[in-house]
Amino acid sequence: MIPLKMKRTLLLLVATLLCGAAVAQETYPVNGSHDERPQLFAFTNANIVVKAGEVIRNGTLLVDGKHIAALGRNQSVPKGYVTVDLQGKFIYPSFIDAFSEYGQASRSQRSQSVSGGRRSQIFESTKQGAYGWNEAIRPEVAAKETFSVNEKQTEELRKIGFGAVQSIVRDGIARGSSVVATLANARENEVIILPDAGAHYSFNKGGAETSYPSSLMGTIALLRQTYYDSQWYTTQHEEYNISLEAFGKLQNLPQFFEVDDVLDVLRADKIAKEFGKSYIIKAGGNEYQRLEDVRATGASLIVPLVFPKVYDVEDPADARNVTLAQLKHWEMAPANAAMLEKAGVRFALSPIGLGNLRDFWTNLRLALDNGLSQGYALRALTEIPAEMLGVSDKLGTLERGKLANFIITSDTLFKEGTIIYENWVQGEKFVATKVDVQYITGEYATTLPGAGAARLFIGERDGKLTAHLKVGNDTAETKVTATRTGDLLSFSFNPKGQEGTTRISGYIADDHPLSLRGEAVQPDGTVSAWAATHTAAYTAKASPRLRKTNAVSEGEVIYPFVAYGNTKLPEAKTVLITNATVWTNEADGILENTDILLAGGKIKAVGKNLSAAGATVIDGTGKHVTPGIIDEHSHIAISRGVNEGSHSVTAEVRIGDVVNSEDINIYRQLAGGVTTSHLLHGSANSIGGQSQLIKLRWGKNPEGLKFGGNDGFIKFALGENVKQSNWGITGSRFPQTRMGVEQVYYDAFTRAKEYKARMAAGDQTLRRNLTLDALVEILDKKRFITCHSYVQSEINMLMHVGDSMGFQVNTFTHILEGYKVADKMASRQIAGASFADWWAYKMEVQEAIPYNAYLMHKQHVLTAINSDDAEMARRLNQEAAKAVKYGGVSEEEALKMVTLNPAEILHVGNRVGSLAPGKDADVVVWSDRPLSIYAKAEKTFVDGVKYWDIEEDAAKQQALAAERARLIRKSLQAKSGGGVTQRPTAQPNMEYHCDTIGEIGEFEIHTH
Amino acid sequence: MMNSIRTYLLAGGAASLLFAGTALAQPTIYPAGAQAQPVAITGGTIHVGNGTVIERGALVFDGGKITYVGDAPSVPGNAVVVDATGKHIYPGFIAPNTNLGLVEIEAVRATVDDTEVGENNAHVRSLIAYNTDSKVINTLRSNGILLAQVTPQGGLVSGQSSVVQLDAWNWEDAAYKVDEGIHIHWPTVRFSRFGSSSATNTDAQKERVQTEIAKLEDFLGQAKAYAELGNVRISNARFEAFKPVFGGERQVYVHANRATDIIAAVSAFKRYGITPVLVGGAEAHLVASLLVDNNVPVIMQQAHALPYATDVDVYLPYKQAKILTDAGVLVAYGIEGFWQQRNLPFMAGTAAAYGLTKEQALATITSNTAKILGIDGYTGTLEVGKDANVIVSDGDALDMLGNDIQRAFIQGRDINLDDLHKQLFERYEFKYSLSDETER
Repeated sequence: MIPLKMKRTLLLLVATLLCGAAVAQETYPVNGSHDERPQLFAFTNANIVVKAGEVIRNGTLLVDGKHIAALGRNQSVPKGYVTVDLQGKFIYPSFIDAFSEYGQASRSQRSQSVSGGRRSQIFESTKQGAYGWNEAIRPEVAAKETFSVNEKQTEELRKIGFGAVQSIVRDGIARGSSVVATLANARENEVIILPDAGAHYSFNKGGAETSYPSSLMGTIALLRQTYYDSQWYTTQHEEYNISLEAFGKLQNLPQFFEVDDVLDVLRADKIAKEFGKSYIIKAGGNEYQRLEDVRATGASLIVPLVFPKVYDVEDPADARNVTLAQLKHWEMAPANAAMLEKAGVRFALSPIGLGNLRDFWTNLRLALDNGLSQGYALRALTEIPAEMLGVSDKLGTLERGKLANFIITSDTLFKEGTIIYENWVQGEKFVATKVDVQYITGEYATTLPGAGAARLFIGERDGKLTAHLKVGNDTAETKVTATRTGDLLSFSFNPKGQEGTTRISGYIADDHPLSLRGEAVQPDGTVSAWAATHTAAYTAKASPRLRKTNAVSEGEVIYPFVAYGNTKLPEAKTVLITNATVWTNEADGILENTDILLAGGKIKAVGKNLSAAGATVIDGTGKHVTPGIIDEHSHIAISRGVNEGSHSVTAEVRIGDVVNSEDINIYRQLAGGVTTSHLLHGSANSIGGQSQLIKLRWGKNPEGLKFGGNDGFIKFALGENVKQSNWGITGSRFPQTRMGVEQVYYDAFTRAKEYKARMAAGDQTLRRNLTLDALVEILDKKRFITCHSYVQSEINMLMHVGDSMGFQVNTFTHILEGYKVADKMASRQIAGASFADWWAYKMEVQEAIPYNAYLMHKQHVLTAINSDDAEMARRLNQEAAKAVKYGGVSEEEALKMVTLNPAEILHVGNRVGSLAPGKDADVVVWSDRPLSIYAKAEKTFVDGVKYWDIEEDAAKQQALAAERARLIRKSLQAKSGGGVTQRPTAQPNMEYHCDTIGEIGEFEIHTH
Repeated sequence: MMNSIRTYLLAGGAASLLFAGTALAQPTIYPAGAQAQPVAITGGTIHVGNGTVIERGALVFDGGKITYVGDAPSVPGNAVVVDATGKHIYPGFIAPNTNLGLVEIEAVRATVDDTEVGENNAHVRSLIAYNTDSKVINTLRSNGILLAQVTPQGGLVSGQSSVVQLDAWNWEDAAYKVDEGIHIHWPTVRFSRFGSSSATNTDAQKERVQTEIAKLEDFLGQAKAYAELGNVRISNARFEAFKPVFGGERQVYVHANRATDIIAAVSAFKRYGITPVLVGGAEAHLVASLLVDNNVPVIMQQAHALPYATDVDVYLPYKQAKILTDAGVLVAYGIEGFWQQRNLPFMAGTAAAYGLTKEQALATITSNTAKILGIDGYTGTLEVGKDANVIVSDGDALDMLGNDIQRAFIQGRDINLDDLHKQLFERYEFKYSLSDETER
């Protein structure tokens, strides 16, 4: 315990008074007499934790002004030092928050989706001045200019042990520079210790008015383009641009990137690698879900100590609204830090995102309970953030010459019940919590006028005194109101059997033993002397620990982190399917009573009487085996926006940047025999983004889903979506008519050709333009067009634009009037993918007919049937059957429309789409003729790996139910243990369509 | 006129192709006249709709009514005989809960007549807005849908539906059962896609739901009292609309999906002596016993839907018909929308793939639907005395591979199965000189 005398002093001195007086700021004038003080302090008999793993027992620490002057076991105390005998207490370096908004005004965040939604578009920055075109790129913002000390916030942060922060203006995609400041209550000039600490980035456009970007992929494209623009800027002399200049200058600082989700960690890392950067990533707290991938990035992280509240699942109806992923994350989030430590990921811990800073210690202890080592916890709060911020010379450990930023604690830091008494910042003392209250608690012997001997119990709850009396040998309690003001105390109570109140006015009279003196006034006004002597320590009634006790995580990580994920990824096996009807899609056609052998991820053989040692044999009697279904037009497995519709030409955006491996629709579609999906940008603009071909390798990470080694494609679009005719407002974006659409294409390709010519000429002043790069790839036949299309006039138009500009459309996708121009397509060898039978949902589909596929097919157009819909994709075999029904395509040819034909359309016919030796083992075993409505996909293999099995699914459902039940039991326990709950609100899975605008699609109407 | 000849041709199943090039326009697809002479469909597999299957059976109808069904044909001498050997004969399919004829083009506001403004439109009637000239209607007939429940949408009380037959000059002709039901969308907590569905938001929504339910109950209480009034001093159109409900002559359809909403709805209606039909019922299987106990049938949402939650069986929408049927609930399939209705038979096909027998599955789009809509006295099965609402399919009509509707009769009237899509098909077969080919 800190000596009483000193504590009393402490109580009398208000912190701000201390700070105002002790610190002089050289250049500021002083009103009145100067009051500079030596500020020499010696802390003796302390356990000084220099850093994790290094303790000086019974040592002395000297503070001279703002700095640590010396420390050591045998350090003597020079004259002139105020000596504080810590009597075995602990000194730790105070914490550093490497990611804080402290000192910055909070900004309202514009919802990203709204700015990309159906409202008038804003094409340029609304910021006045010579800044860059896009308001979300604001590298010119310097946090040091807006940083201001906020005493209320410093106090809160100091109470939990922090002494310094990195202060960030958390707005925009490029956010400018941050500042490192201590949490002293001094002038900004004093507390700022690093004015230009780091450069900051995020995937959130924040308050930017500019419509672009309206999607995550647009955000990534914008950032990549800005890096290129910044490189170009240094070589040009044509324009002055504050933003680009600032962007370049920031590159020498540590680079910080804020994300909220583990997949975004990987996305940020990809950008880092492309531009030779090394981001320190402020993560989201769910890194454990893709731990190995996170480790492989090599990035250092700042991990928020924020955990979900327990879900209130008492009502089973409410419980249905919680997903397995939410429950598991609630359980596992506290183990995140421990898992990162174990994996060898370097990270700092931060309270960023905590609704209430008081939860910081609760959560930190929870992380420790879940296996985070105390040593790493300390480093993650001190040394590591100091290193990240480049302030290791000043902060992070207790060493001579560093800032005197430390905390004094009652015991070892992480022990339950340890109290932070004081938090010293830059050599200034700040009292942390409750020291004054704690020390008079206890049991006292006293004599009460009119009542005789009594016992007074003084306790403390939530920072306030509580008290009660027991008179004589009574067991009954009399409630006492107790207040304390510094050394002065007052008590009042209603004595038993008497009217009125007895009041006591007292003070702390002595320390050893603790005794109180004063006067008591009885209800009748009689005044008498009063005294009480401390006899025993206070023993609080066991109060429930208000802690979200989801205790230690028992669950396992599943891949992906959603229902039906696997704890271990399935592997390719040698599989022999025997005696089945095999639809080869090869010259052999449909083979009865045939075997097919899968090995090493490939189809090894198709034939009779095959055998293979060690193969898993599947009896295919009565079954049908086909190649996996390929969906030419899909929008599943995409994160945060399928359209970057804010500009008419966004060839720079890439679905490949935003693949979402955690989408349940992958599993659902495997259950419908789908093995490959072409993930397309939406149809909100004439030239949309680059698409991504994936295989449905359920559980793999986004990169692992990518098909690999295939030609790139890009989405174009025509018609009503492009001209925004169903928006209900008059748009401002060109084009608003089909006439304008043609000119968009001419303009884009004219620019692309000029760009290409300059590139070929070796023009050094050429600005790398990601949009034009993609268009040049089209001209060079390295990237291929799939174009959303409906009516014949515009289809014809685009073919003509292609003819004259030197490019060819590869595919017209969901082309509903393809039948009207099939001859023109065929003559140019342009493929057509179609909806089977959709129509009547908007004007341009009034003549969409289900005979479309048949008619195109008959005109020798390579024809596919596509979904554009997460539901329909689950039964594309049935949609293909409609080509049999409407027109009379043979079943074999119709099956090709969802297998081989899309494979060839996507230029991967050499890998998938048919069953021939050497091809990828993407195979479906059906219960019936594959195009029949009665056919169920019983087993679906991708690369020879069985990702779907109708029987194993039944077992999975049981396991899922059991896991949910376990987590719900645990949630109920946590709630009854006092955990703060949240209402279950399962969000509907986001299903994207062509015309989904914005990240979350609030404007969607189903017009496709 | 050639048109009248072609409708009586069956063999080859390519009636329309025989006249490729004549480019018959949609307006010349005339509604058929009344049945003039008996028709006997012989030799095919008759799916009665009640579970009975008659191989090589005969179905005879005259004056619009079925006069014989069985396997020992006694064909009247003057009957037109339709040889259906190797084909399948079904009751015409019935599409419940559709905005057919109320919408022509979803995205074109001027063609949308399915949602009136205001929360309570109990008095609004869909029948008089039903457009018999919609180009969509004939495309449904081509897949075997002969009857539809034209249903207003939106609001809390959307209005009144009517059952129509799909071969008519105008809505008067089309009317099959007029103003037969009132549709109520049970108040529910809508989960936001914004991701901001905070507890307060949910709580606020729960409060809204309670307020709306209270309002609805208040309305029902007053409507019931109004229905008992001898002399109405102040006439109220909405209460008037509910009078037949309390008299048992008008059905209440309550649209609800979540289990809690279903429980609340059934309990509330019970208080006013109303047994509703549940429409939607995504979670109906969770409260199946409640539905059975209260004799509440379900018009299920389409089988071709995504599961309502990530954690449930990926095939749940396919299996729900089986689960509910096994529990003893009377179920029919509905599809939201209008042009989509042509896929109604494939909902039944899916149910058959995932547990129901084919005949049970057939019932979900024929006899069960008729029972639920209260028209089972006239249609829904191929039984003597009922309207001759009949289709002849080349194959299994519940499967895309077999669904080839070659003949259709509504009330014995021989229906022209041409439609806009077949006509456009013809037009381009002509362009590409394909019309001499036999494929169809």
